Amino acid sequence: MSATRVTTPVQSVDAQAEWELAYRSSKLRDCEFTTLSGTPLKPLYGPDDAPIDPARDLGLPGAFPYTRGVHPTMYRGRLWTMRQFAGFGSAKQTNERFKFLLEHGQTGLSTAFDFPTLMGYDSDHEYARGEVGQVGVAISSLEDMQTLFDGIPLGEVSTSMTINGPAPILLAFYIACGERQGVSPKDLRGTVQNDILKEYQAQHAWLVPVEPALRMITDVMGHCAKHVPQWNTISISGYHIREAGSTAAQELAFTLANGMEYVRRGQAAGLDVDQFGPRLSFFFDSHLDFFEEVAKFRAARRIWARKMRDVFGAKDPRSWMLRFHTQTAGVSLTAQQPENNIVRTAFEALAAVLGGTQSLHTNSMDETLALPTEKAVKIALRTQQVIAEEIEVAHVADPLAGSYFVEAQTNRLEQEAETYFKEIEKRGGVVAATEAGWIQREIHRSAVQYQRALEQGTKRVVGVNCYQEDEGKGPQIEILRIDPNVEREQHARLTALKKRRDAAKAKKALDDVRDACSGKDNLLERFIAAAHADCTLGEIADVLRERFGKYKEPRIL
Amino acid sequence: MNDQKIRVLVAKPGLDGHDRGAKTVASVLRDHGMEVIYTGLHQTPEMIAEAAQQEDVDVVGLSILSGAHMSLFPRVRDELVKRGLGDVLLIGGGIIPGDDVTKLESQGFAKLFGPGTNTEEIAKYVIAEMARRRAATGGRR
Repeated sequence: MSATRVTTPVQSVDAQAEWELAYRSSKLRDCEFTTLSGTPLKPLYGPDDAPIDPARDLGLPGAFPYTRGVHPTMYRGRLWTMRQFAGFGSAKQTNERFKFLLEHGQTGLSTAFDFPTLMGYDSDHEYARGEVGQVGVAISSLEDMQTLFDGIPLGEVSTSMTINGPAPILLAFYIACGERQGVSPKDLRGTVQNDILKEYQAQHAWLVPVEPALRMITDVMGHCAKHVPQWNTISISGYHIREAGSTAAQELAFTLANGMEYVRRGQAAGLDVDQFGPRLSFFFDSHLDFFEEVAKFRAARRIWARKMRDVFGAKDPRSWMLRFHTQTAGVSLTAQQPENNIVRTAFEALAAVLGGTQSLHTNSMDETLALPTEKAVKIALRTQQVIAEEIEVAHVADPLAGSYFVEAQTNRLEQEAETYFKEIEKRGGVVAATEAGWIQREIHRSAVQYQRALEQGTKRVVGVNCYQEDEGKGPQIEILRIDPNVEREQHARLTALKKRRDAAKAKKALDDVRDACSGKDNLLERFIAAAHADCTLGEIADVLRERFGKYKEPRIL
Repeated sequence: MNDQKIRVLVAKPGLDGHDRGAKTVASVLRDHGMEVIYTGLHQTPEMIAEAAQQEDVDVVGLSILSGAHMSLFPRVRDELVKRGLGDVLLIGGGIIPGDDVTKLESQGFAKLFGPGTNTEEIAKYVIAEMARRRAATGGRR
């Protein structure tokens, strides 16, 4: 190994010994000096802690292994996309929130769906009672999708949709919605999350068992490579893994392991890695540990570039680049003294920017209480704008490179991820490890450890286990409530739609979906036809559940 | 004093997939010597009441972070009552605004725990409340 040190001046042995003596004889604060994930930290990092070969391990911005960022200009060329996740109530209400955000300078849309939609049930299904429009917008049909994007030209915005189990169906609604607006699928830009592995592992909104779900993902990759070339077909997500309680290293490792599985599946389905590789994107959490998070983003880019080039044989540099969206950590927000959440979110957002994110969602201060109000969401967006416009951090690419500490953390996270990759391999790969519940138990173990640290006071949270205030029965901030009429109105719309549509055409489209389930035809194409025939989400999903069965959760506890 | 083990059902009603809190609380209650059964995700009110009956639990703890608590929590309570389980200690937690906490606590929920609650506090509450109930009923719950 030709590893050299980041910089050359090294303290004399005497000076080092003198500092160590001074350090050891000093009184220290009574706390555990660890990362948020529990990794012990040294009091000082020097060149010996960060052995790197700059050419091999860092490269330059826009060049392999992309540790320093995916664009040669980074934010001098273009700022990150400010993309606030939004969705609640009816399609019409969310359409208004979208327009509000665009008017206030947001540059991309991001759709949150309600639980029935996420699980592939129409708003009038028995399981949907009480849940319609609660955590996101209810979308049961192409008609709902058209209402959601009414007056928003789909050829001009980029849209992200957080949906997984039924992702190919919602993507079909979106493509059909574009076609109804006169926009060619070739001109659609955006992302569908479509990352089913982390659903089984962490977020838990699934539709069918693992194998058919993975087949639908390769169908999406195959169809989009040909017909929707600007679409990110999957957003491989660590966010939910982290929010479920994992450490930073676990988030990194499990996410990239999932990503590698999708690549394997794509290749096994006969697709060329350079055909779908450039459309894979990622989604990470930005948590409170500032330096660990920056290091995580840098390590993620480096690992992915190496795997794509050296393991999967990708030749197109765009396949090597790990592009990612970031959301600040929802779990770091507190219901106590909620205004403090603005500050937490700002630090987390700054870590994402210094880590080179391509797009960013900043959480609103009231999200531990309910969905965000307009005021709260505007402050969250303004937080990004302050980072972009006022604090002069967007002028220099990868500004923390060469910091002994940050490079040491980047190396450590890469090594910890590699150790996990080996462990997963030993367990038969990521699908087997997930079906056995091993990954879920690893995440749970970390969640319990963190909770213990909080309750023992070794990790402190302002307003929760220190600097508490008596807040009476609840916080004194405004809360967004979902109108119960949304559910009733959705029922009426669905009934009217089913009455109005061409019943024979809808039935034929569903039969075509059923046939494609047992054959090899691309399911996404059938979903698009079903969308145009006004088949509902629940109807299409029911066919999939009927043909593929339901997923059964392994026992974790 | 009754040193019979406290049996707890921790349940996730509805389509909500957020189970970090429920599983953490389940683990902590188990560490305090209770028998804890965790239902897993996506349970209907009927499934939860059914499990409570079969497992003969003393406590049912519901967790929900999807905003559907005002619909699902009372339905779980009704299903329990229907099966003659109106006397189980019924508690809950999640993202529940203060006004809703007040309402639910007047509708058969003994206590609701919000975000940031210390899990030891939940365990202590269950132990104390069960001791009080057992003393009052001579051992039966």
